[in-house]
Amino acid sequence: MAQIKVTVDGVQYADQVEPRLLLVHYLREVIGKTGTPVGCDTSNCGACTVLMDGVSVKSCSVLAVQADGADITTIEGLSDGEWHPVQRAFHEEHALQCGYCTPGMIIAAADLLRDNPHPTDAEIREGLEGNLCRCTGYENIVRAVRRAAEAGAGQ
Amino acid sequence: MTATTDAAQAELGRARLRKEDARLITGQTNWTDNISLPGMLHMAFARSPVAHAKITGVDLSAARNMPGVIAAFSGADLGAEQGSLPCAWPVTEDIVIPPHPPMAVDEVRYVGEAVAVVVARDRYAAADAAAMVDVDYEPLPPVLDMRAALAEGSPKVHEAGNKSYEWVFAAGDMDAAFAGAPVVVERTYRQQRLIPCAMEPRAVVSQWVGDQVTLWSATQIPHVVRFALSAFFGIPEQDVRVIAPDVGGGFGSKLQFTAEEVLAVLVSRRVGKPVKWTESRSEGNMTVHHGRDQWQRIRIAADADGRIRGLDVDLLADMGAYLMLVTPGIPLLGAFMYPAIYKMDAYSLKCTGVFTTKMPTDAYRGAGRPEATFAIERIMDELAVELGMEPLELRERNWIKHEEFPYTTIAGLTYDSGNYEAATARAKELFGYDELRREQAERNARGDTVRLGIGISTFTEMCGLAPSRVLGSLSYGAGGWEHASIRMLPTGKVEVVTGSSAHGQGHETAWSQIVADQLGVPFEDIRVLHGDTLVSPKGMDTYGSRSLAVGGLALVSACDKVVDKAKVIAAAMLEASPDDLEFAAGRFSVRGDPEAGATIQEIALATFAAHNLPAGVEPSLDSDATYDPDNFSFPHGTHLCATEVDTETGMVTIRSYVAVDDVGVVVNPMIVEGQVHGGIAQGIAQALYEEGVYDDDGNLVTSTLADYLVPSAADLPSYVTDRSVSPAGNRLGVKGVGEAGTIASTPAVVNAIIDAVRPFGINDITMPCTPERVWRAIQTAQDGGAA
Repeated sequence: MAQIKVTVDGVQYADQVEPRLLLVHYLREVIGKTGTPVGCDTSNCGACTVLMDGVSVKSCSVLAVQADGADITTIEGLSDGEWHPVQRAFHEEHALQCGYCTPGMIIAAADLLRDNPHPTDAEIREGLEGNLCRCTGYENIVRAVRRAAEAGAGQ
Repeated sequence: MTATTDAAQAELGRARLRKEDARLITGQTNWTDNISLPGMLHMAFARSPVAHAKITGVDLSAARNMPGVIAAFSGADLGAEQGSLPCAWPVTEDIVIPPHPPMAVDEVRYVGEAVAVVVARDRYAAADAAAMVDVDYEPLPPVLDMRAALAEGSPKVHEAGNKSYEWVFAAGDMDAAFAGAPVVVERTYRQQRLIPCAMEPRAVVSQWVGDQVTLWSATQIPHVVRFALSAFFGIPEQDVRVIAPDVGGGFGSKLQFTAEEVLAVLVSRRVGKPVKWTESRSEGNMTVHHGRDQWQRIRIAADADGRIRGLDVDLLADMGAYLMLVTPGIPLLGAFMYPAIYKMDAYSLKCTGVFTTKMPTDAYRGAGRPEATFAIERIMDELAVELGMEPLELRERNWIKHEEFPYTTIAGLTYDSGNYEAATARAKELFGYDELRREQAERNARGDTVRLGIGISTFTEMCGLAPSRVLGSLSYGAGGWEHASIRMLPTGKVEVVTGSSAHGQGHETAWSQIVADQLGVPFEDIRVLHGDTLVSPKGMDTYGSRSLAVGGLALVSACDKVVDKAKVIAAAMLEASPDDLEFAAGRFSVRGDPEAGATIQEIALATFAAHNLPAGVEPSLDSDATYDPDNFSFPHGTHLCATEVDTETGMVTIRSYVAVDDVGVVVNPMIVEGQVHGGIAQGIAQALYEEGVYDDDGNLVTSTLADYLVPSAADLPSYVTDRSVSPAGNRLGVKGVGEAGTIASTPAVVNAIIDAVRPFGINDITMPCTPERVWRAIQTAQDGGAA
């Protein structure tokens, strides 16, 4: 077992974990942050995307021990009372149906806009290539990210 | 009151933002895998690594000795207790339905079939222990090709042989239609095997308290699961509660009664603790039922002017290793749709269900209808070429004219409404059809290395499953009705209970709109409850684009009953005769005295108090209704796709995609558009990207999302969508939309690809039309077919 200290959505945690424990399982099963789901086992789908020290990572591809000392933001900590502009845009553009990919998609979109505050549609599509959605056909996700960009989400 | 009234009247057709979203975008969703109960244990399965083998021994001792392991069971350990998974659709009297134990006992018949289950304190310990299960297999030959499976001397999947059933349909004089027909075109199409890949993997939690069990499952069909657990596994129905919490997509894949659900219930009873199982994606790709997988031989006979005389279809449908809930019926859902929107003199279809040593197939978005639509829309293009006719003109010459509805097709279905002319005209306009045809001709003339192709799909489908008497006539094991109830709460708020079980479709929003419209109460005052058999005890659940066209109509009936009951109480409150009352926008008023009135929400409070009710009137406005449709519904539309095909690389790019759908009256256009988008994407995925592939030994080589190409945003185009409206014959005029896009788009895309490369003499490319396959087809054609 290894000792880790990690800040998740503004709260500090210290835990003993198995060295092989995935960050996403640490989040979900050790500290109860079930807002971040698991969609695959090959890091293709992106459902488990979180921000680690401000940068998006697929939390199924990070070991909990690698997150030692890191500051993690999950979908549960993205809004600060008010919904994040990307969350609002996903609601307003109907960019989700079943909602399973949505936490990862929103986090990835927020990170995309941080990197590129005014992406073209093609840049949005390329930028979200690592996040799969089976419901929406992506049309409304692209619209939502565009709307969030216009609302200044990346600034 | 006036503002509320106006808002309520405008509910149908309004793009209400979804009530569901708040929890979904903030990570407060209640997925099954989120559930954690005190003392809960975790299950993991040891699964067959071979396609076909005798089991000669299962040694669980090493697994049982692993740290944190509570128990381990083989199929033999559970014995008769594990029973056999049911098939609810025995399509013929002599169908072969082999026993299907949840865990294999004597023989495994596909890679991934469960052989043993271990129960441990956490999921990692359970996975470790499952890897220690030692099974001795005596290999048997795999059976992987449907046509070879039917050949004399083929190895057998089951003792009874490899043919499950043969189902036939015929109408009209086929001999007359084909004999002497000026044009007959025959093609054979391959519907590749698809893996549904709902984003949420399957998950189950089972908990016994005394002799009552609660099963949480990521399922589309909690009511069917409850019935099946009771009917086939001997648990009294009143002791079974099934909950489908938030469910992350289904697309038919969660329209199933699974081995894992049964085993969770049995194992949790054995160990006396709640158990959970959540599949990994690679486990799911192997063991969630697959879709499609057919060979389709199709022949069409026509007059020289293009009029269709007859259609003949011969299907081989891969059942996989067992018949699951509705496996054999899936091709039949398409059997009535090959004639599509076209008039003809004769039609026949034969479908042979074949066993192979692969994962069973079952419902996948469209279920039979995408296959049928693909074959007919593909061969209509081929027939047009044969006749030297513009493909849209050929379709128009044969389709049912809008003034001919209702129209009974050669397959015996009565289409209640439709307007193919309107949808097609609008689609052509949005697409710039004539202009694109001109550009195509110009590029062909100059031998452009990047060719332009135009694909047409003037599709229809049957949905709104289904009139119970029709299901009965097709030997289906249940009815097709749906249930709803309305609970008028004392404060005037409304609880709506629906038997359909949403998993992304937005029922909480759309159902609120319907009830707001019917009862005239504010949208915000309505709460929709679903997916829990304790809360919603009756239902037939969600699949086959049935929720609105059946469940929505149940809702309307339930609202009628509330209004009828309220009217009697309103009359007493207003000291008027019920016959003198009018109900509009949520308010009863006395005819001729609009000032005298009471809202239904006020009446709810008066009913709760029950102080001044007329004698003999029960103090309740609550209602129940069960609606059984008297017909299917028939959404249709015209989808047009323009592809650019790079003849040097085989790369296909969708340049534009226009969809004009007629789904009848629309409750929420935003949700409808979203369903169309997602449907189109899944159909494009079949055309270009996805295929479930087994190797020569019967191993699934597409078991991960690294190998099975679910398209990303970067792989898909933007879509232009619009609607035309011909109201359906039901009270809401609604048809359903869940599957339309998927049914329509696959042939639109493939027709566009073939249209682009037809100058090379190519008339088919097997799906998925990958760059390699397109490039090889062009190379082969250019080499004069030598390769």
